[in-house]
Amino acid sequence: MLAEIWRNVRLAIVTFLIFGIAYSVIVLGIGQALFPRQANGSLVTRGGRVVGSMLIGQAVTSKDLFQDRPSATVNPQTGKPEPYAANNSGGSNLGPTNRALVQAVRSDIAAIRPLVGPGPIPANLVESSGSGLDPEITLQSALLQVPGLAKRTGISAGRLRALVLREVRGPSLDLYGPQRVNVLQLNLALRRLEAKR
Amino acid sequence: MTIRGLLGDALFLAVLTAVAVPVGTYIYRVMEGQRTLLDRLLDPFDRLIYRVAGIDPERGMDWRGYAIAFLLSNLVMAIVVYLVLVFQTSLPLNPARIGPIAPTTIFNTVVSFISNCDWQVYSGETALSYLSQWALQFLQFTSPASGLLVAIAFARSFTPGRTDLGNFYRDFVRSLTRIFFPIALLFAIALLATGVPDTLGGAVTAHTLSGGVQTISRGPVAAFEAIKQLGTNGGGFFNANSAHPFENPTPISNLIEEFLMALLPTALLFTFGNYIKNRKQAWVLYGVTMGLMVVLLLVLYSAEAGGNPILQHLLKVSGANWIGKETRFGIAGTSLFATLTTAYTTGAVNAMHDSLLPLGGIVPLFQMMLNAVFGGVGAGLLNILMFVILAVFVTGLMVGRTPELFGKKIEAREVKAAAAAMLIHPLIILWPSAIALASAAGLAGIFNPGLHGLSEVVYAYTSAAANNGSAFAGLGASSPFYAITTGIVILLGRYPSMLLMLYIAGSLAGKKTVPASPGTLRTDTWTFGVVYMGVLLIVGALTFFPALALGPIAEQLAMLAGKVF
Repeated sequence: MLAEIWRNVRLAIVTFLIFGIAYSVIVLGIGQALFPRQANGSLVTRGGRVVGSMLIGQAVTSKDLFQDRPSATVNPQTGKPEPYAANNSGGSNLGPTNRALVQAVRSDIAAIRPLVGPGPIPANLVESSGSGLDPEITLQSALLQVPGLAKRTGISAGRLRALVLREVRGPSLDLYGPQRVNVLQLNLALRRLEAKR
Repeated sequence: MTIRGLLGDALFLAVLTAVAVPVGTYIYRVMEGQRTLLDRLLDPFDRLIYRVAGIDPERGMDWRGYAIAFLLSNLVMAIVVYLVLVFQTSLPLNPARIGPIAPTTIFNTVVSFISNCDWQVYSGETALSYLSQWALQFLQFTSPASGLLVAIAFARSFTPGRTDLGNFYRDFVRSLTRIFFPIALLFAIALLATGVPDTLGGAVTAHTLSGGVQTISRGPVAAFEAIKQLGTNGGGFFNANSAHPFENPTPISNLIEEFLMALLPTALLFTFGNYIKNRKQAWVLYGVTMGLMVVLLLVLYSAEAGGNPILQHLLKVSGANWIGKETRFGIAGTSLFATLTTAYTTGAVNAMHDSLLPLGGIVPLFQMMLNAVFGGVGAGLLNILMFVILAVFVTGLMVGRTPELFGKKIEAREVKAAAAAMLIHPLIILWPSAIALASAAGLAGIFNPGLHGLSEVVYAYTSAAANNGSAFAGLGASSPFYAITTGIVILLGRYPSMLLMLYIAGSLAGKKTVPASPGTLRTDTWTFGVVYMGVLLIVGALTFFPALALGPIAEQLAMLAGKVF
């Protein structure tokens, strides 16, 4: 029995070294060599400063930008709400018959309502995502924001609409995922458009 | 529901099946020591591991020897990882200087990862160093390998004239080097290409377009992600699991992850067909199981696509139920993932299951209650075969024929053991749920009020017992009460039933193979497939219907009536 235990200790250590460490180092090396941009988090820099990751949504507080989805993340130290806290991902976990869900969606509608005008609002734009870091909104959620944004930025609705349609992506392989836009990419394009004026 | 969404899901399942059949044969060849493509490259590695660990790969084991090696290896690996987690603060690769982990959390985590459950009561980015993540990644290789081996040992008991079940250590090494390692490496690279990061660089500080500051956690994710899915583990690198854009950045990465978690359990049905030299048997079991899963997928997809009537009516919100879901996967990609992760008991999530509508949430719950809709690597095949034994016994009684299974007589011993294995699952779900619902510590963890709160508790123990690991994550599962009770349920859901199946295998291996006669009840017919499904559903429905009626079914009715809690 002792021999059997000793055999297992040696087996555990050697397999730990191979599948815990060596495998990780191989993938790390391949990633850094072949896919350096993706492997380091698809970071976006502007003027030498990291402005975010193309894959991670960020809190949009300026009214002159396209708005993203509500986020239920909290600050990992304080536990207080902090949308798009990319060091503490997570969803609201609110259930379908929870009164707090109705209140959360109502307040998210109240926040976006002045920016989009009257009419029904797509659930995508007012219901928080699973990760709290969703970088995208549906095409419909983006187009809904065009008229209001045109008024606030002075850029014509036609040009904004064209901008959205240029940035639209999906469905992948023509089958998977909705038509959608990356909000950071869209807002960077919007800033470039403003800079050109 | 959209035509495009349905077509996408259908195409996925077709490709999965087309690949799973040859992979099933490949697994058979690997486990039986036949020549395979990677032998020349990998044989030296195997020999090196044998030498370092002092393994004699040629020595055959009976069921006891196999069971002892299985338990002992798992215990030792658990202790190794336990030590890494305990000494996290003194060990390297901790760029964020993350502090120590609570003892109950360590207990729960080690138990959960060694058992292929990967239930998580911690959040990856705030609680674990990179080395601790690698320690868990190590278990994500070895726990599905262990499950696979028990299933293979069981399959070997039907080989005519064979009395041993194989050598555990040799099987362990070969399955790791020939199956888990190459496939995980290949798809880790594919995931890198889709945008999954892999770096030891620590978090980045970004200065956002709106003038804010954002700390972005990163890590060696791609390597972790591939084996997390391939091994039906499901324990995420980040708290949000596969909903996190770094774990699952595009619809294509989503397809890869869905494919990986479904690949081996589907393939194993065909591996089993190879063992018993009966491909039609594999197709029958595959066919009825896939049929059930597709029906459940449609229930989930249609519920979520329809949206939440309360929000639609009260707040004039239009469209599907988007809460807890990511834009890039769409409703179809989210529904397929939620269905697969609970059918194949992986437990990774690309959306928050707690926020599914009642009819959407009942699908994951029900699949884990049945615990045999394909199931995890190895464990799933064992559960399916356990129900096959019971179905053979029941039909044998009905038609008055001797119960035989693939040429071996099924007698009182085997039926008793299979029945015991079957009964464990409902007991370790319903009793702990009742205890939690009757105790202050249990009730304190509930997040969503009303009927949904009951579902949260039942979901937790169902997920633990099925070694799934997904959650209605609002539940405060990190409290000592839940960390300890779910940890115990995870262990009871893993080891006793596997040992009972090994016991059955040992008993069958000693029996002579009976040639099929006109009196033999054939199990490779669609008629038997329907009987098998009937037994599975009747057992599942009768045992769990009261809990489902009080939870999701009642909540669905409340929601339709516009009631909130």
